Amino acid sequence: MAATSVRYHKRLAATPTQPVPATPRHNQKLSIALVFLCTVLGAAAQILMKSGTQSTEASSPLALIAAIFTNWHLFLGYALYGLSTVVLIVALKYGQLSILYPVIALTYVWVTILSVVLYSEVLNPFKILGLTTVVLGVAILGRGMGGAKPPSHPELPAA
Amino acid sequence: MTTPLSSILLVLGASFIGSFGAAFLKSGADRLHRQFITLLTNWRLVLGIFFFLASSLLYLKGIKHGELTILYPMVSLGNVWTLIWSRLIFHEPLTRNKLFGVGLILLGIVFLAFGGR
Repeated sequence: MAATSVRYHKRLAATPTQPVPATPRHNQKLSIALVFLCTVLGAAAQILMKSGTQSTEASSPLALIAAIFTNWHLFLGYALYGLSTVVLIVALKYGQLSILYPVIALTYVWVTILSVVLYSEVLNPFKILGLTTVVLGVAILGRGMGGAKPPSHPELPAA
Repeated sequence: MTTPLSSILLVLGASFIGSFGAAFLKSGADRLHRQFITLLTNWRLVLGIFFFLASSLLYLKGIKHGELTILYPMVSLGNVWTLIWSRLIFHEPLTRNKLFGVGLILLGIVFLAFGGR
């Protein structure tokens, strides 16, 4: 009992004294989590922009720019796009471009799922096959992270 | 409905320019410091975002005509160009997992495009 508690305290103490990663290479897990967040934000932005453009009558480019500031769906959509770009930049600082960039394809997965939930679009066999294949590809990419332990359940995001 | 060559070229161009955007964002991010303001003063990041915007404009112009089933997966070829830049510019290792993962993602996007028509 005492031994476990000592080990526990040692582990706690070790955390703050650990050096901050000096090079970007050292935080692949953080970078994956950030790019994940980036895809969720990007998907929300796309859905908002879709509903925003549906509710506006603006046709000319100039009217559309004006609509961004009067239509809160469009405004929030563009704002989330900006935010997702900032999150992507921070992710790129901590990870490899060749892993992070393809993961952005997860945006397609969220958009397809959100379209089914919000707009009751039909989920046909091709879409299900596509979703599964993209998620599988992202999981395999995640396993390609140099030095990082592969996830114990790589297929988990499919749920 | 057939897809005009001009649309294919526009979308291919969009995928190419988008991959430049990704490369500039990466090289800018590598030079990022703790101060938040460096996000705005870093010319590489500004250029990267400019390339992304240019790419999406070309894409929107490209998909005006032609079949989305062909054009929609085509823009994701940007992943392939980006993989090449990652190797050439940033000297990232090209592992079998990366090639396989990107291949599956491209295949999945083709399936999604078919499912969407």
